[in-house]
Amino acid sequence: MAYELNGTTYEHDEEGYLADINVWNKELAELIAKEENLDMSEEHWEVVNFLRDYYEEYQIAPAIRVLVKAMKKSFGPEKGNNKYLYTLYPYGPAKQACKIAGLPKPTGCV
Amino acid sequence: MEEPDVSQPGVTKKFMYVNRRAPYGTVYALESLEVVLIGAAFDQDVSLAFLDDGVFQIVKGQDTAGIGMKNFSPTYRALGDYEVTKLYVEKESLETRGLSEDDLLEITYEDEDDDWAEKPSIHVVKRDEMTQLMAQQDVILSF
Repeated sequence: MAYELNGTTYEHDEEGYLADINVWNKELAELIAKEENLDMSEEHWEVVNFLRDYYEEYQIAPAIRVLVKAMKKSFGPEKGNNKYLYTLYPYGPAKQACKIAGLPKPTGCV
Repeated sequence: MEEPDVSQPGVTKKFMYVNRRAPYGTVYALESLEVVLIGAAFDQDVSLAFLDDGVFQIVKGQDTAGIGMKNFSPTYRALGDYEVTKLYVEKESLETRGLSEDDLLEITYEDEDDDWAEKPSIHVVKRDEMTQLMAQQDVILSF
């Protein structure tokens, strides 16, 4: 299973998570978002970029409550809450945003 | 040891995850860390113990390029975000391996009850203190 973009093939698992985090790019992220029926707004990107930074530092995709707390710390309570994140990513910010960010599925997320 | 009963709401038990093995070569260290991160969702009183070769799990400056494995040691620094804030390291195990507290990762947490002050999560304890800590637990999981 793979994404096709500009003649390049990007392997993914059965749920759509990229096999290799290092091949990620913004255009690919847009494509994955489209498969999730999402249009990437600036707010969507903010979460994706935040997740990528978190992964870079800790080598882990955070659990949803950890993401909420960390977003709250960085962006304030109007963005660091479940409602805001679920409005952007209705099928779960951890699941959808991590997938778009090219990260592995969050640990403990079933 | 009794099965942990987390079915009753409001019942908090003391869980200790005991790490005794080197970080690479077997999957125990990584599995333990993943269980800790998943288990953190259950709001229990969690602590981690590092003894024997387990102390190598939290040594700083790990480089796994030569063995083709992911260096997961940065993830220990995320434990504070998961409200896992008590990491006990046995002094004798460090000393036997020529290590001291200075060789360990800087792992901190922000104390919600103290205006989010940053505090160290690592506590180096002597063997007899470790014994006492273990005796206080409801559940001990050894990896």
